[in-house]
Amino acid sequence: MTAEELQVLGLTLRTAALSTLVILPPGLAVAWLLARRNWRGKSLVETLITLPMVMPPVATGLILLELLGRRGPIGGWLDRTLGLQIVFTWRAVVAAMMVMSFPLLVRAARVAFEEVNPRFEQIARTLAAGETRVFFTITLPLAARGITSGVLLAFARAIGEFGATILVAGNIPGRTRTLSLAIYDLVELGRDGEAFRLLGVAVVIAFAAVWTAEAFLRRTHESHRP
Amino acid sequence: MRRPLVLFALLLAFASPHAAAAAEVRVFAAASLTDALRDAAAVHERQTGDRVVFNFAASSTLARQIEAGAPADLFLSADEEKMDALAHAGLIVASTRVSVLSNTLVIVVPKDRGMNLPSPRALVNVKTLALAEPSRVPAGIYARRYLVAQGLWDRVAAKVIPVENVRAALAAVESGNADAAIVYRTDALISHDVRVACEIPRASGPRISYPFALLRDAEEPAAARRLLAFLRSKTARAIFARYGFLTL
Repeated sequence: MTAEELQVLGLTLRTAALSTLVILPPGLAVAWLLARRNWRGKSLVETLITLPMVMPPVATGLILLELLGRRGPIGGWLDRTLGLQIVFTWRAVVAAMMVMSFPLLVRAARVAFEEVNPRFEQIARTLAAGETRVFFTITLPLAARGITSGVLLAFARAIGEFGATILVAGNIPGRTRTLSLAIYDLVELGRDGEAFRLLGVAVVIAFAAVWTAEAFLRRTHESHRP
Repeated sequence: MRRPLVLFALLLAFASPHAAAAAEVRVFAAASLTDALRDAAAVHERQTGDRVVFNFAASSTLARQIEAGAPADLFLSADEEKMDALAHAGLIVASTRVSVLSNTLVIVVPKDRGMNLPSPRALVNVKTLALAEPSRVPAGIYARRYLVAQGLWDRVAAKVIPVENVRAALAAVESGNADAAIVYRTDALISHDVRVACEIPRASGPRISYPFALLRDAEEPAAARRLLAFLRSKTARAIFARYGFLTL
């Protein structure tokens, strides 16, 4: 691979990893609340979280652009208080990835939590374990495979993000040009041969992520068998 | 009683595009032509009954689409190179090629809190400069060519935010997300949210011209030729001039 291709790949992997890391704690919290608690507005929150999965990515991108732009409520505030610009920087790449991959993580983690037999949690509680301890010693380890699978899917989705990214982050070589954007750019330039090489890279990453995610899930189902 | 009527109505609905004499001309046009061309086409549609359907995008994108076999009758490019490429590939009817419009470049800044840029040299002070992708899109190529000629490119290249087309560069300044952009004068004229900080004189700027041509695979060549002729007419030129285009 050329230096340019490596740079694109490096940026993509770094931003996708950061995005996945940042959404992990809130993603798990939301997934657990959806799986284990009943509360007002639950189905509304559920629907809202799923929206980015089914909405046109470019529409999600537009919402992000309005919120994060230098005159938007969030972007404007960050600009005034911290002098931080989001739009057209790598931060916007991460933001787009976060929003687009969040639903995948939450859905997978929710199912993983639901599959944990509540009786184990009950037993732990009768042995005087607090809720936090129950979560970290019983629920989380038992759901770990399903969560890992969700993390991998979210990571893969983040790597493939295009529609929202191109709106909020632009396509700046060396700064916001991720794998998907680079492929698009090469096709537009008529350099299809090089585009195909990056396509190969994208396929390999996606394949590896989905394959591993599925492997984790298969093992979950086996271990849950009585 | 009802059903035959409904069937008849359906038949009419499906048959009418072919039954009517009106033809549909599919025009692939540079994004910078959007507003002026819509106006001109509306006049042409009223005069002839033909319908004009547009695909507006960066000329480079359109040229790629046409090379890939996209169905189109006319190509209106914002630079000669894109048309040359199609001519080279034998995709246009060479005898119909004509260049009637020109434009100039301007530097725009956000209207409310834009910086003061008295001359192009001051671009070295901006943090971000939005340009239509300068490696392929005409407006960006023109801008880069100018900056290179002025010896400024090396000092601003790192500030460049490349965007899809010239209208996206304009939008980046309108929203305040970019400090400045180099766009066509005609783009700046249609926006209420940008201020022209500095005009690049025609003499020192790049030579901008918009070639039009009929495409070899046009499905409505006769109607497309009618539209092409109209775009060269006095009426159309007056519309383009009103939007700030220079007519040759």
